[in-house]
Amino acid sequence: MPGFDFSNHTRNAALHARGVPLPKSTSTGTTIVGCIFDGGVVIAADTRATSGPIVADKNCEKLHYIAPQIWCAGAGTAADTEFTTALISSQLELHSLSTGRKPRVVTCMTMLKQHLFRYQGHIGAYLVVAGVDPTGVGLFTVHAHGSTDKLPYVTMGSGSLAAMSVFETQWKPSLTQEEAVKLASNAIQAGIFNDLGSGSNVDVAIITKDKTTLKRGYVRPNQRSEKQKSYIFARGTTAVLNEKIIRKEEISKYVSVHDLGSEETASGEKMDIDA
Amino acid sequence: MAAMFSQNPLMNGPNYSFNQTPTAAAAGNKEHAFYPYTDNGGSTLAIAGEDFTIIAGDTRSTSGYNINTRYQPKVFKIGGTTSSQDDANIILSVVGFAADGEALKERLDAIVKMYRYQHGKPMSVKACAQRLSTILYGKRFFPYYVHAILGGLDEEGKGAVYSYDPVGSYEREQCRAGGAAASLIMPFLDNQVNFKNQYMPGSGVGHDLQERERKPLPLVEVEALVKDAFDSAVERHIEVGDGLLMMMATKNGIEEKYIPLKRD
Repeated sequence: MPGFDFSNHTRNAALHARGVPLPKSTSTGTTIVGCIFDGGVVIAADTRATSGPIVADKNCEKLHYIAPQIWCAGAGTAADTEFTTALISSQLELHSLSTGRKPRVVTCMTMLKQHLFRYQGHIGAYLVVAGVDPTGVGLFTVHAHGSTDKLPYVTMGSGSLAAMSVFETQWKPSLTQEEAVKLASNAIQAGIFNDLGSGSNVDVAIITKDKTTLKRGYVRPNQRSEKQKSYIFARGTTAVLNEKIIRKEEISKYVSVHDLGSEETASGEKMDIDA
Repeated sequence: MAAMFSQNPLMNGPNYSFNQTPTAAAAGNKEHAFYPYTDNGGSTLAIAGEDFTIIAGDTRSTSGYNINTRYQPKVFKIGGTTSSQDDANIILSVVGFAADGEALKERLDAIVKMYRYQHGKPMSVKACAQRLSTILYGKRFFPYYVHAILGGLDEEGKGAVYSYDPVGSYEREQCRAGGAAASLIMPFLDNQVNFKNQYMPGSGVGHDLQERERKPLPLVEVEALVKDAFDSAVERHIEVGDGLLMMMATKNGIEEKYIPLKRD
């Protein structure tokens, strides 16, 4: 397996000793939960990503795909949850192909913990692993240092206490799917409103033996209110100090240019923007 | 007597005044510390108009990732004759360390009240501003950990805003944002209140362009600006939210307004 590149470590350590601060990574401050019900498991997450006290992303995805019937909710350092789940997802797919069997949740959990333990907590991924496999329903938490838990309801992240308070007052053995989804969503909302590291919307993934349903924006309790004023500037408000025109014929030497019809708009990936 | 209950084995030597003595061996690397300050987050904003002043602040109080309360005002009326402060004509906002803010507000209020009783007239905003600076500098080496903003109407009836650093350096300004989201709000104010980086279209080419003329904004416009500034700050700063408390000083006294903000 290709590993990390440590070639800058000595330089960075010397720099840090001279007072250069470490770069700030995006952390998914986060509330994530999981809860089993009769016939399946549900996991849910908020959608706020922070960098210190600043909101870096108001609608990020914290529910990660591992296998069709195994999903992961991630808290901690955004990049670590992203790459760790992608890496294990890939290894699990190959494992599944070579064994000719469906991947199991315990296998996924074990691979994650072995990977994270090897890095002694330096990979800051805190995960809720959930899924349904031929052995039944699985729900686990995996901490960055490699410890794991197997429980009927779990919470992680900075909003874990707020979310757990909901589970500890309302959870009961044997829940229907609807009850479990409602409970998980309420637990996330407790995190959204009472933990500053969590916010915006609730994402939910429901896994049963037949199918997985990802509900992005299952609850959206934090819509921005209408602006009081319009902030459109009159054309020409910004000073133009110099101008250079590059003609299509010139730029065509370096990049390929496609002409669009007057009504036609360029097709690319859609971006989320505020109104 | 206290030494009897102390865990320090040196009974006749110097003793600890805390009940928690260091448990580690006296290797000299265990450090005791007392932190007198905490940051309670939140943000404030003040804008002076032609014949009014608006000072606003959110009502959330935080510590770390927790919300202490969703309603703790940061904007106060100063120097009224009664506890209701109905006849006050000066507004003070304090953001930073809430306990120091409260102490500073109480102190300034008492001083402005005393002035009224001794002189038989209310204190001018200008005089109050100078006095607040003196109070802050008086604690030069153990400062009030706050960003204070003072406002009201000056002797000519024009809107006045004074902003301070924690040790009393102050300046009269047209507008000022303070607290956690100050760096998010201030550039917006520069552009929308003082029309910075705005030029009159077609008034010239390049450096010859004429700057957009500054003209005082009407009260309704400023109110809208304040609401939009806070809505945006709430979107991008985790310590700002819950509610917006606005105070408007006009020749008719101080009007108060509360608007709910997002609570996530």
